[in-house]
Amino acid sequence: MFSEFLQYLFTGITIGATYALVALGFTIIYNASHVINFAQGEFLMIGGMGTVAFMGLGIPMFFAIILAVLLACLVGIALQRLAIAPAKNADVVTLIIITIGASIFIRGIAQVVWGKDYHVVPPFSGDEPIRLGGAVLNSQSLWVLGIGAVLVIALILFFTRTLIGRAILGTSMNKLAAQLVGVKTQMVLMLAFGLSALLGSVAGVTVAPITFTAYDIGILLALKGFVAAAMGGLGSGLGAVVGGILLGVVEAMTAGYISSEYKDAVAFSMILLVLFFMPRGLFGGRTVERV
Amino acid sequence: MAKKSLLRRAGVLAATLATSLLVSAQAAEPIKIGSFLSVTGPASFLGDPELKTLEMYVEKINEEGGVLGRPLELIHYDDVGNASNARNFAGRLIRSDRVDIIVGGSTTGATMAAVPLVEQARIPFISLAGAVTIVDPVKEWVFKVPQSDRMAAERILWDMRRRGFDKIGLISGTGGFGASGRQQTLAVASEYGIEVVADETYGPSDSDMTAQLTNIRNTDGVDAILNFGFGQGPAIVTKNYAALDINLPFYQSHGVASDAFLDLAGDAAEGLRLPASPILIPSSLPDDDPQREVVQSYAQEYRDHWGTRVSTFGGYAYDGLMLAVQAIEAAGSTDKAAVRDELENILGYVGVTGIFNMAPDDHNGLTPESFRILEVKDGDWMLVE
Repeated sequence: MFSEFLQYLFTGITIGATYALVALGFTIIYNASHVINFAQGEFLMIGGMGTVAFMGLGIPMFFAIILAVLLACLVGIALQRLAIAPAKNADVVTLIIITIGASIFIRGIAQVVWGKDYHVVPPFSGDEPIRLGGAVLNSQSLWVLGIGAVLVIALILFFTRTLIGRAILGTSMNKLAAQLVGVKTQMVLMLAFGLSALLGSVAGVTVAPITFTAYDIGILLALKGFVAAAMGGLGSGLGAVVGGILLGVVEAMTAGYISSEYKDAVAFSMILLVLFFMPRGLFGGRTVERV
Repeated sequence: MAKKSLLRRAGVLAATLATSLLVSAQAAEPIKIGSFLSVTGPASFLGDPELKTLEMYVEKINEEGGVLGRPLELIHYDDVGNASNARNFAGRLIRSDRVDIIVGGSTTGATMAAVPLVEQARIPFISLAGAVTIVDPVKEWVFKVPQSDRMAAERILWDMRRRGFDKIGLISGTGGFGASGRQQTLAVASEYGIEVVADETYGPSDSDMTAQLTNIRNTDGVDAILNFGFGQGPAIVTKNYAALDINLPFYQSHGVASDAFLDLAGDAAEGLRLPASPILIPSSLPDDDPQREVVQSYAQEYRDHWGTRVSTFGGYAYDGLMLAVQAIEAAGSTDKAAVRDELENILGYVGVTGIFNMAPDDHNGLTPESFRILEVKDGDWMLVE
């Protein structure tokens, strides 16, 4: 009985850790511009598919990952320079729509360059699962959790301790004021997209051994990741992780104890409830009305 | 402008001269084969090899002198996996391109969207999609190549019965393919004396199915597990199944019968069984297998021409085109009603997918036996006798 519970819990953590890592990617750009970057899933895809492509060229996995992450950063910066910057005076909704367009474009390019097949990324530390109290845990989930934790701490430190991080936050709070105190807001935005792509691609390659990777994996992952981010409170790193794991565990428990038919329904109802009572999410900041 | 049109006219003249030199003037009019396939988009893994196969064999048939002394002309549109596009393109093929026969429809959705137009225009249509609804109930002008999911379910259950299993756990994807497979399995299980004691599902974007598999494992008396689905889902199920150390015989459906699945699932796939077209094992077909020759030559030609691995789905297009050619030859013309009648009369056509025996009440012409039961051994497919 207990081993069953443990198994559902482990499954939930595995799924949830994936959502959490994806959700984290949304925070930086949101913090910089209040834009929800719908091309975030494509950064994940570039991380995973890039690694597969570079490994296919005979490059060792570690370096292939670094190259893929660099590639994603370039794409992120290019996205900001070529698509977001020309529309700098547009409002947030327009920018969000631009990111949707960009995501379709990137996906199309990836489909042509890398093909349409699913690919495997080898797990970072072997295929052998960890056995604990009669249940099994995928060793890659620990990597996902660990990297998630490192990224959360790095994000918190970045936004509170570094000048650039505070410049990003400042830009999102009041663009004009930030400009007046000497923040180059376009530069900040470009940096935010680059960093966000870095985060996304690291997440993409870390979850790829669990989920596989393909040109369209971004849509699948980003949807649940976005839900997790919204539940945790957009812009909060800790919120993204808690939201993701909560979502994963609820899904797994529902699939285990109620019925797998209802798992998405239960998860989404929970989100509705959370957002109904806490519209800013579990860890979202207080709403401040600017007059 | 004037120069351009002059050039064009000269080109047309040259082309006309060339064709009339090659074939006699009255035979120059091509036989138009229309097609709409999902070459890009989510179902591109179906449409891409299908189009490649059609292009390659239309070219080959033309080099060999065409059909009834007339060349074939392939008119193709990409429906991007979207049923309403498929309907529009089917309309265009019928009304403005005035094709003689349609071979296409990668997905069941695209096929069913085109069916009303085809029935109304009274034009023979050979579908390359799977679901049983395409030919059941029989539609006068609609035929289809692949075996239905019901046959796949029957073949799997037959093999389970043979091995003495009577209680099975079912885990299926909630996508169209998995959902329909689940329905068919539940419907025919009792005919084979098999009871489905656990019935689990997973969504198309799920990344871990351990919870569902744990439930099946903990159900009393389960003898075997069957997974119905396609895409990456079944590969994840297979990995989770191996990680959980479930020592029950494991079955997959024909939805993952491709070499790509073996790459994804890796060692975890070892020992699982599934029903598949013989195209997966061209070199290990026994000498006396009637399909051996056609399967081997198709696999060889496809690889030589495109440099990529052959797939089950390309095989559907091969059979679709050959059925069309055979019917046109038998009819001696492209008269639509005559071609339709000849399609219905096809008996014993040995194709890549199976041996087709059409009948007025069977517009598919295959039996569950056309599926071979394969087992994964040492990372490759092996035919189970």
